[in-house]
Amino acid sequence: MADIPESWKVPPPKAWKLSTPEELVKDVDHRPLSLLGLEKGWMRTAPDVEIKPGMHCHAALPKRLETVDMPNPRQWSAMDEDWKLPRNWKEIILEGFKDRLGRFRSFQLFMDICVRCGACADKCHYFIGSADPKNMPVLRAELLRSIYRKYFTTAGKLLGPIAGARELTLDVLREWWYYLYQCTECRRCSVFCPYGIDTAEITMMGRELTNLLGLNIDWIAAPVAFCYRTGNHMGIQPHAYKDMIEFFLDEIENVTGVRMSPTFNRKGAEILFITPSGDVFGDPGTYTCMGYLMLFHELGLDVTWSTYASEGGNFGFFTSNEMMKRLNAKMYAEAKRLGVKWILGGECGHMWRVINQYMGTMNLDIAEGSKLEEPVSPITGTKFENTKSTKMVHITEFTADLIRHNKLKLDPSRNDHLKVTFHDSCNTSRGMGLFEEPRYIIKNVCNHFYDMPAGTIREQTFCCGGGSGLNAGEDMELRMRGGLPRANAVKYVHEKYGVNKLACICAIDRAVLPNLMEYFVPEVDVTGLHEMVANAMILEGEKEKTVDLRGEPLPGREESE
Amino acid sequence: MSLKNLLLQKRSRIVKKWCDVVLRTYPEQSQSFLKKKDPFGNPLGHTIAEGIESIYDELLQGAESDNIPLFFDNIMRVRAVQDFSPSQAVGFVFGLKKVIRKELGSEILKEGISEEWAAFENRIDGLALLCFDIYTACRQKIFDIRVNEVKKQSHRLLKMAGLAYELPGDYEHPGYEGDLKEGQVNKSE
Amino acid sequence: MNAIASLILSGGAISMLVAIPFLAVWVLPHVYGIRLEWLFGIVIPYLAAIIFFVGIIYRVVKWAKCPVPFRIPTTCAQQKSLPWIKYGYAEKLDNPISTAGVVGRMILEVLCFRSLFRSTKMEFGAGGNIKYKSSKWLWLAAIVFHYCFLVIILRHLRFFTDPMPFFVPIIEKVDGFFQFFLPVVYQSGFLIGAALTYLLLRRLLDPKLRYISLPADYFPLFLILTIAGTGILMRYVLKADVVSIKELTMGLVSFRPVVPEGISVLFYIHLFLVSVLFAYFPFSKLMHVAGVFLSPTRNLSNNSRIVRHINPWNPPVKIHTYEAYEDDFREKMIEAGLPVEKEAALPADKE
Repeated sequence: MADIPESWKVPPPKAWKLSTPEELVKDVDHRPLSLLGLEKGWMRTAPDVEIKPGMHCHAALPKRLETVDMPNPRQWSAMDEDWKLPRNWKEIILEGFKDRLGRFRSFQLFMDICVRCGACADKCHYFIGSADPKNMPVLRAELLRSIYRKYFTTAGKLLGPIAGARELTLDVLREWWYYLYQCTECRRCSVFCPYGIDTAEITMMGRELTNLLGLNIDWIAAPVAFCYRTGNHMGIQPHAYKDMIEFFLDEIENVTGVRMSPTFNRKGAEILFITPSGDVFGDPGTYTCMGYLMLFHELGLDVTWSTYASEGGNFGFFTSNEMMKRLNAKMYAEAKRLGVKWILGGECGHMWRVINQYMGTMNLDIAEGSKLEEPVSPITGTKFENTKSTKMVHITEFTADLIRHNKLKLDPSRNDHLKVTFHDSCNTSRGMGLFEEPRYIIKNVCNHFYDMPAGTIREQTFCCGGGSGLNAGEDMELRMRGGLPRANAVKYVHEKYGVNKLACICAIDRAVLPNLMEYFVPEVDVTGLHEMVANAMILEGEKEKTVDLRGEPLPGREESE
Repeated sequence: MSLKNLLLQKRSRIVKKWCDVVLRTYPEQSQSFLKKKDPFGNPLGHTIAEGIESIYDELLQGAESDNIPLFFDNIMRVRAVQDFSPSQAVGFVFGLKKVIRKELGSEILKEGISEEWAAFENRIDGLALLCFDIYTACRQKIFDIRVNEVKKQSHRLLKMAGLAYELPGDYEHPGYEGDLKEGQVNKSE
Repeated sequence: MNAIASLILSGGAISMLVAIPFLAVWVLPHVYGIRLEWLFGIVIPYLAAIIFFVGIIYRVVKWAKCPVPFRIPTTCAQQKSLPWIKYGYAEKLDNPISTAGVVGRMILEVLCFRSLFRSTKMEFGAGGNIKYKSSKWLWLAAIVFHYCFLVIILRHLRFFTDPMPFFVPIIEKVDGFFQFFLPVVYQSGFLIGAALTYLLLRRLLDPKLRYISLPADYFPLFLILTIAGTGILMRYVLKADVVSIKELTMGLVSFRPVVPEGISVLFYIHLFLVSVLFAYFPFSKLMHVAGVFLSPTRNLSNNSRIVRHINPWNPPVKIHTYEAYEDDFREKMIEAGLPVEKEAALPADKE
């Protein structure tokens, strides 16, 4: 093999170094941590930590933060040498750290009790897909713990690195930021931890801390700002929201011949329906949205949509607990204003973690004096006892109940061209336990369902790779790495059973998985659950259906030309 | 003894060492994990181990094999989104030469089959070129996905506003084939 | 920290800890005629016990004082929802909605290390079929270590009670089940050594583990290994004077401390290391013993949609009200036919 002569070498781009093949087959770019070496291991930041393109999201524009009064808005970029931090940034972080230790038992406890047994180490999808040891959950947490020890424990103050403590430096801050945005808060590690240490808790606290310095990312900060002012992440104004839904009505009419007439902001409705705005504005979520419309129409449900509470998702959840509360408040406020009896929620992952584990705690007092009561299905009379306090029902709970009571006319053969597998969303799985309802629905609306192997589904499900606000375009490499374990399991059922549809109940999944599939398993397409329900549903007065909601021909029913 | 027989004889050793060459491009702390046999818990390591072994076998088969691009594709698809420069991502292919020379160097000299070895080396160079093509195609795919994502986000809005122009269904793009289909690489002759 | 530095530090610390009582109890009297048995037999154990109990209480109280703002259990099974969806024992334990379920989950977690047990490994068998292989060595070593530790502690009650509680002889009987030798060989002592050795080797040989390990991980392993080692030495090799030792230990627990003659230096080393362990305990990761009970992802039930969980510091926040929203978009909403609360402002209103 000829080498490129030294003098021919063009100046390499910053992150690359040209090497001879001999060098390439030795260790590449990663310093080995030899048993006898004098390296400081993971505590060293530079040069081991280098913020790389494709692995992080763009910095938040100042106006986003200004809209919601977040501190230190400014123009900056993670690739810059100078992050333009406030002069007292260290104090801000340490103050914030102390404050949160006192407010969250989870944070305090998880800083203290880890024994570094390593049970979590190979459970993180980002570690599995990147082999970057700093993506091991235990180490991601140690990045914060090392600072905790230095400033908040006696041993750390006295012994320093011997006690696993290190100074808070700019490099440490960069490292924090880089790796805190390589965690999707999916909680898979916490399933395996003998003490239930939940990296999501640590990541959330870490993000809150970095956000104190204005180190937000735009993919989270923009939806937050939009949602605050317009009611949804996309920044869609009320009239456009209505237009969009009406546009769906046209498409539904084209396919089924039935015209529907949903209502908006209607007072006195029985049920308020809230779904992530991704379902209204992003394919393939839009087809799921059409599914909701068709379901409600067919049942004659007394339901209204809201343009004010037009967002089920909550990117505040990825910002800070206060921001989560501010955005979530709209649900109860709108339910109270409209005088509905209960709230129905669409298919979404983190939205449901917020509703199940946070909403009542945060905002139930807003609902005081409202007409909200324990949800009862008006069609089947089923009391949703598990939502007694929060008064919000998941649409798969609602639909599974309908199917169980034979209230839907279904023709699963309309989905016969589909071989379906189901992706459990992290949040509905590990923050709720919603496993059987969606599977029950799938099995009733299609004839070919194949679960992925155990260990990749249910409570051990793998993340799509783009959760917790990391589904931006600029960090595509990160998403693909993180999505590898999921794609790999889909590939297996694709090869074994010919699976061609990946069903999910999460708006972020519907945005992230199509790209993941396109890259790793291009033969598999992504669908929301209620798109399949709608396709299988026999509507009152429908015309002969030849295509599904996507305009794709139904098997055996192709239009004869 | 012919080169092929030698290569067959030392198959497991060479495959293992070539595999190690690939694994050594990952951080040392993670290499033990990557060796763990678990197709779902460790897809990366599994893909590499399976791919390297199969590529080696196919390579010995001699005939032009359709499977080589497929296995390379599996490996490169992951490496194309990991922390590698292009040269680092494909460099492991040349490692096979080094591994074989180390394992069989003296035998090759002894048996006087250096010509056969030169031809085989050529094939390895060919592998490297193929690998580079696949790597580039994967990178291209990533960029396409990035662009398409943006397009997809705005397309429906444009359509709603009546601004999007829909091409007729039977319209064909002139000569657009620049895509990886089912793990196969377009071979432009 | 790298592994070798960690090992040197921890190993050095242990050697020093062994050297201190050795020098003080064995060398000093021989060379200078100073006797310090009272220090190592009485003062230090008392101090260690005080630090142990006060420290643990301090830490636990500190944790317990920390509020739990949100109900964040990790749900590891189907939720309780519709009546016909299976919610059996497994679900009640892995995704509890009742206190009983939570207690069950905690029992499984604390006594059986349920979460560690989850680890499995898949392989392709013949014909591409999936085989599940156990990947439970960590779980096994952890279980063996912790239970042996418990057995050893209970066996040691022999030295601190008179008469012994009824269960001590039973435990001794079971523990010494294989009576090949005299004195009876207790398996727990050797099993704990084996488990600790596994846990140590794991840290040293697995590069992942080596990378995450700190001196604070090696130190307790070495410490407990040395304690077990000195104990085994005293029992089987350099026979200790059990009667005198019991006199000392009974003196300690009855608060009438005495230092009997004729206790070997090995015992003082053993006792000193145990004291160190006690004193070190509240300030180390060993506090996971108490922490696991407080872990919010395990000790809370998944019932936050059924009963409201109260956040003691639930902060008041500024929200964008519907009125403000309508003010922003009123004209457009009216134009689109969306209902509004207030009609569009008439020109006259503006004056």
